[in-house]
Amino acid sequence: MQCGEGVTPRTTGFLTDSTLCIGCKACEVACKEWNEIPQDGYLWSGLSYDNTLALGHSTWRHVKFVERATEIGRGGSDPAHLTWEFSSDVCKHCENAGCLEACPTGSIIRTEFGGVYVQPDVCNGCGYCVVTCPFGVIDRRPDDGRAFKCTFCYDRQKAGLEPACAKACPTGSILFGDLEEMQRAADRRIAQLHGAGMRDATLYNPADSSVGGIHAFFLVRGDPRAYNLPPKPDVPAALLKSSWTAAAIGAAALALGSIVAFAVGRRRA
Amino acid sequence: MIDERRLDEIRRQAEARGMYAPQSSYYGLPLVKEPVWTWEIPAYFFVGGMAGAAAVVGEAARLSGADSDLVRDARWIAAAGATLSAPLLIADLGRPERFLNMLRVFKVQSPMSVGAWTLTAFSTFSAAALFAQEIGKRTDLPVRIVGDAAAILSAATGLVMSTYTGVLVGATSIPAWSKHASMLPLHFGASALASAVSFLELLGHDEEALNALGFAAAAWETWVGASIELRGGTESRPLRNGATGITTRIGGFFSGPVPLLLRIAGFRSRRFRTAAAASSLLGSLITRFAWVEAGRSSARNSGRGDGERPRETIGERAP
Repeated sequence: MQCGEGVTPRTTGFLTDSTLCIGCKACEVACKEWNEIPQDGYLWSGLSYDNTLALGHSTWRHVKFVERATEIGRGGSDPAHLTWEFSSDVCKHCENAGCLEACPTGSIIRTEFGGVYVQPDVCNGCGYCVVTCPFGVIDRRPDDGRAFKCTFCYDRQKAGLEPACAKACPTGSILFGDLEEMQRAADRRIAQLHGAGMRDATLYNPADSSVGGIHAFFLVRGDPRAYNLPPKPDVPAALLKSSWTAAAIGAAALALGSIVAFAVGRRRA
Repeated sequence: MIDERRLDEIRRQAEARGMYAPQSSYYGLPLVKEPVWTWEIPAYFFVGGMAGAAAVVGEAARLSGADSDLVRDARWIAAAGATLSAPLLIADLGRPERFLNMLRVFKVQSPMSVGAWTLTAFSTFSAAALFAQEIGKRTDLPVRIVGDAAAILSAATGLVMSTYTGVLVGATSIPAWSKHASMLPLHFGASALASAVSFLELLGHDEEALNALGFAAAAWETWVGASIELRGGTESRPLRNGATGITTRIGGFFSGPVPLLLRIAGFRSRRFRTAAAASSLLGSLITRFAWVEAGRSSARNSGRGDGERPRETIGERAP
């Protein structure tokens, strides 16, 4: 597939601003419709308004409802005792992507827009990307057998369009554009929020971790763990050196041990 | 007027049911996904590891000039194990008909890719070694040198076969696995060696070298078990607690202390050697399943904040 006329490859990104999200889930619906993702069934979780719970093979945008009370049972309309934030989660399209590194078929690739994309005609459903994603994003669809996740609307981007979720967002909570521009927009927004007194607004982009930065930033309040975002995610590939070293030591011990055992055994026999 | 005690009770219930998100987690929901692998994968870890180690042991025996029956049986185990491995791996794929895509690229940074290529090479060499040996017995064709060359290559790739699965499991995002990324290749390697020598012993080979190798492997497995018990933080919890903890301990018991003690007695008595071999084989098999199950449990609990209790069920599904 070629890029559409007048579309030049560039590095793009998402900026999802939880302070502007109203929890309408239009992004979830737009994503499902555009990408023709199957339904998840009806689950009433009882956890705030979140009945989707997590990203997965059939959920590529997921709105989180972070309900926090300073004390259990306290709340009502008093902002000093209860905060209620919404944040639309999505694949982070990591700079060092665990799924991409681990994929044995080469099905998972980096696109000309900097996104991480699973080629559905290549994936053979080995399931290794599922355990190597540090964010629990990608999953294997049981009735299909292949792994699925957010495509960063690769097809739309090729045609010069913005992803369906960003297009559908009614409040501008999901911004899409050049990655560097998104970074600048986040800095501007945080300065604005801090100026307005929202001192706990921070940008989630673990650039100093082994993940090496992400292409979908999140503007959140307080501890990112409350949004199920790990403060220090690690790409599993960072463990390869030490793990293969151990394997080499083990293999050497196995070879030498066997040779010595039989050599000594022969001599004594 | 609301009774304060009643309010406290409601708060406690809400907390116990996880209806309240503490600052350090998102309702305790998992951070990483559970492995989708079914029983074929741990079964492959066992069979493939044993086959790889058998190729190594067989070559070491041949180089020392050991009796040809032992070498022949080791080649049989290697070739049979390799032949059984591919169907196990293919059966677990979501799209088994696309298994050849595994050989579409070679990626050093993907332990799964390295493993697929290693298994392909190992299968070829171990089958060639066995084939040449059986042909050489029945004909006068000069195939012995071909068989021995293939056996050396089979042993070399067998070394990778018996250890790489530890890297495959270790270099992931599953906390209980990645925590032990540098221990798992040695652990699985020792387990593979123990199962290979034990299988040879149960086939009737009574060699001092086999008992010595089994003893060394059991000693290593005892040490691994002790280190899981004594060290490790919250990541290692699935290896000690709950159902997965019980499985891990049973696997560790039968591959560590039991064969260790039996093999000490085994330096004198064959009956003890046989009992140790049976215990090691069982322990080695259970251990691989235990690690995969512990990984599942670890993923399920990966989003829990400090001191948060595991969640049993979430909400209810509408009909």
